Amino acid sequence: MVKVTLNGSLRSKAGGQSEFDIDAADIRDLFRQLGELQPKLKPLLDDGVVVAIDNQIYRDSLFQPLPEGSDVQLLPKLAGG
Amino acid sequence: MPLDETLTNERKFKVVGTRPNRPDGIDKVTGRARYGADMTMPGMLWGMILRSPHAHARIKGIDASKALALSGVKAVVTAEDFEMRDDDLRDTLINVMARDKALYDGHTVAAVAATSKSIAKKALKLIEVDYDVLPAVVDENAAMAPDAPLLYDDMFTQGVDPAPTKPSNVANVLEFGHGDVEAGFAKADVVIERTFKTGATHQGYIEPHACVASYNPDGYAEMWVCTQGHFMIRDNCARLLGMDLSRLRVTASEIGGGFGGKTTVFIEPVALALSKKTGRPVKIVMSRDEVFRATGPTSSSTNRVKIGATKDGRIVAAEAELRYQGGPFAGSPVEWGAMTAFACYDLENVKTVGYDVVCNRPKQAAYRAPGAPMIAFGVESVMDDVAHELGMDPVDFRILNQAKEGTKSSYGPTYGPIGIAACLDALKHSDHYQSPVPEGCGRGTAVGFWFNFGGQTCVGLNVNEDGTVTIQLGTQDIGGSRASMCLMTAEALGIPYEDVRAVNADTSAIGFTETTEGSRTTFSSGMALIKAAGETTKKMCARAAKVWGIPEEAVEWVDGAARPAGDNAGKFDPMTFKEIAAIAHSTGGPIAGHSEINAENAGEGFAAHICDLKVDPETGFTEVVRYTVIQDAGKAVHPSYVEGQMQGAAAQGIGWALNEEYIYSEDGRLQNPGFLDYRIPVCSDLPMLETVIVEVPNPGHPFGVRGVGETSIVPPLGAIGNAVRNATGMRMLETPMSPPRLVAAFREAAKA
Repeated sequence: MVKVTLNGSLRSKAGGQSEFDIDAADIRDLFRQLGELQPKLKPLLDDGVVVAIDNQIYRDSLFQPLPEGSDVQLLPKLAGG
Repeated sequence: MPLDETLTNERKFKVVGTRPNRPDGIDKVTGRARYGADMTMPGMLWGMILRSPHAHARIKGIDASKALALSGVKAVVTAEDFEMRDDDLRDTLINVMARDKALYDGHTVAAVAATSKSIAKKALKLIEVDYDVLPAVVDENAAMAPDAPLLYDDMFTQGVDPAPTKPSNVANVLEFGHGDVEAGFAKADVVIERTFKTGATHQGYIEPHACVASYNPDGYAEMWVCTQGHFMIRDNCARLLGMDLSRLRVTASEIGGGFGGKTTVFIEPVALALSKKTGRPVKIVMSRDEVFRATGPTSSSTNRVKIGATKDGRIVAAEAELRYQGGPFAGSPVEWGAMTAFACYDLENVKTVGYDVVCNRPKQAAYRAPGAPMIAFGVESVMDDVAHELGMDPVDFRILNQAKEGTKSSYGPTYGPIGIAACLDALKHSDHYQSPVPEGCGRGTAVGFWFNFGGQTCVGLNVNEDGTVTIQLGTQDIGGSRASMCLMTAEALGIPYEDVRAVNADTSAIGFTETTEGSRTTFSSGMALIKAAGETTKKMCARAAKVWGIPEEAVEWVDGAARPAGDNAGKFDPMTFKEIAAIAHSTGGPIAGHSEINAENAGEGFAAHICDLKVDPETGFTEVVRYTVIQDAGKAVHPSYVEGQMQGAAAQGIGWALNEEYIYSEDGRLQNPGFLDYRIPVCSDLPMLETVIVEVPNPGHPFGVRGVGETSIVPPLGAIGNAVRNATGMRMLETPMSPPRLVAAFREAAKA
């Protein structure tokens, strides 16, 4: 089980709920379950969001494992100049 | 790549950290380097673009018959030539070529291809566009007013509950933070709240956008483009014109600056469409006027910042409301502004709310640390004011509240090893900070943050027969990265820097690689090259093992040579890189390495700046007397180019703070589309910007590298605002802090 927090524009897509407890093995599994729980999030998840697992930032790694009890933060896609 | 938590500053490098000449240096100083406008193809036509003179107008009709009748004109394209194929690229396509409405002064409405530039120019004057001029809005606050002219009647604000029933110019509202800010402010002994405004600035690259497109009758095409990302050009152009990616080959020219502004398409799909229509190569080169009117400036913004602290100097709550306009499409960098606002600090209660606003201005494009400098101006100004109110030194106040490893950041994630403490410590102990403030000056300090990222990256590494190496890069070199790539490759292989040559490969020669943006190139291409080098040395060890007749596992690569790994492997003289390369043909054939990675864990960037500045109270003229940039590079691969990035970013931030802004007339026409009226700092405006490189290794990179290209544009607005305050006693609330604005402030202060 991991604690998942939505941030920024992702929050508003989840009907005001910003925290979820989800039993997911990896980022792909997390996205699948979140998309089922909150269908409005699915297009954003499909488009790509940043996933912070504890202090590590993943931008595009669907198969990254989610260690039990880890703090998972979902953030909008990052780019730069 | 797994994190290396053991990285320390103790690691000794042989090549990385030295300062050799850059491989592209001679070409650039002798004029041989080929930029966007330097390409010519046989039978080439010249493309030119007709732009809307109105900030907001319905396009009722376009009649190009007179232009097409002009001798030498080969084609005209309008929105009718661009089918709406891909909803993901809807805004990009509308920005490339206006459809039913012109959305800003300078918006493309048609383009012509002719046998000469002068004929193309004449043809533009013959294209008749029937406009129905509409009311325009160019300010984010005016656009949010209930009676504002609307850009769209189907834009309903996302992110608010309940969902609005009326359209507006606010595309999205978003929120970050944690804790309870109201409870936090209730505990505060000092609370300061102010509202700040920042002008829109342009990236100000010296080389205007330029490209040549050649569409062949067989459906294949080639493009030569001045861009930060040739794969991005391929993707956008192919999708907009309905081509398979494999049919379009894009080569990136050398680039005369980008800073984020060349991470999208403007003229490129137009040139390709004209080439398709005429069957001949078409070249388009923007004028400076076009660059200002029609390519990405950054957002203008209005930001309310509130910070509360207790008497002992601890911040108990911080809050900001950000309003960014990003031109006529949703997607201003307000989300990144809201994320970065308080990222430098360790806060229990923090909240940021961002408003993404549309206006009749050009579509914003990324600019170094997009979204961060604007809000940092407000936050760093209020930080100083709170410190003064508490009677604390502003640097000590920042140190007391700085984020550290384990801090939950204001935008969500928890930090790993980060460098803000090291930057502020270096600031405090710097020669600049230890020196007295020069007479007549005010001193200001500020800090800044940027995320950095990695991304999809491919590299190739070919071992030549003479033992030299050629590396192929998918990332465009926009700031000396070829030198850094050669250094990291040489370090990983154990060979001299001079033996490695870097080539920027075109889209047909290497796998997909993301655009050079987000301070990602040295980090991600470097990581890929180190991996490719490891693959190469493994192959070289295998060749040596064959020659020696021992198992591959009994050979190791040390100091640029294959060696028996321990006494049990046997006694053989080491075989050097060159020796193995020379016998490659007879020991198994050519040796090459390659790597395709998705680089993660880029490692956050932090910087701290000090500015000493004088203000003439009569003229409002400001003089930056001394300026020092301190930044965490993780590991500076080529310190001179790291310093160059730090200085360049700071210079752009200083320009943003003191002089640069888009100025519009009431009807929404840009009034200063040129470098005479849009004033960027030149060498004679600034002292030598001093630099201090801090190195807190990034465990996400084998050499500890962090990106350095963007972070240092974040602190200057605040550092200068604080220096102005300390020089004059006036807290400036708007950038640029230009002479007219300072004179007005002096007059107001005198009245008060």
